[in-house]
Amino acid sequence: MNSTRLWSAIAVLVLASSVGDVLLSAAMKRIGDLDALRSSKGLFAVIARVCTEKLFLLGVLCLAFSFFCLLAALSWGDVSLVAPASASLTFLCSVLLAKFFLKEDVDYRRWISAALVCMGVALLAK
Amino acid sequence: MKLKTCLIYIAIACCNGAGDVLLKRGMQQVGEIHLAHWTHVFAAVANPWVILGILCLAGFFYSYLTALSWADLTYVLPATAFGYVVTAVLSKYFLHESISLSRWTGVLLIAGGVGLVTRGPSLTEPQLERALVEQEVI
Repeated sequence: MNSTRLWSAIAVLVLASSVGDVLLSAAMKRIGDLDALRSSKGLFAVIARVCTEKLFLLGVLCLAFSFFCLLAALSWGDVSLVAPASASLTFLCSVLLAKFFLKEDVDYRRWISAALVCMGVALLAK
Repeated sequence: MKLKTCLIYIAIACCNGAGDVLLKRGMQQVGEIHLAHWTHVFAAVANPWVILGILCLAGFFYSYLTALSWADLTYVLPATAFGYVVTAVLSKYFLHESISLSRWTGVLLIAGGVGLVTRGPSLTEPQLERALVEQEVI
């Protein structure tokens, strides 16, 4: 029962933070080159532009929600399990969502790299 | 890889890694926070290491957003994972934590993954065209 609760918290937090990443990415593609905007209109124009983008705000909301799920998961399970499991699963989940929702061209390089980074992150927390 | 992309990758990884290590250093000074006295968290914000850490993480978020405005999410994500490598190296030399063999293996795998993805294209083609059109409009 307890492990069901822990893994559902991890599943929810992985999903929320991947969705957050995808929304941030979509928001930034809509806004365009941030550095060009900064050099032409200044930093405050960048902040104003980013903070009025609905997708960005939704993305931040998702990331904040996933942070609170992380806190809950940490209170139910060991850091050495929760941190690597959520980080590496979020990585894989983001790649999948980016492929299907952002229609990114995930070629063999990116798949292999996703697998390597995923394993690496899991090993790091040992 | 263009110089600008390379610099933003380094900024993401270093700010992420340094931010975490600085926060850890600060929280070591502040001490453990108990749930019954959770308001002590606010005292932590006055700690200079914590302030530096938060500044670093703000820098990380800004460079992450900038990178996302240029490149695919699947291209930028490995850069954030590279931050874990920076964290590992910094925590060895700055916090004097011992790094096990399996952690170094993890560091190598992540570095390999980052090296692989940066050899490919950074932006999916249709999005590149759209980005160019938008730039001309602006």
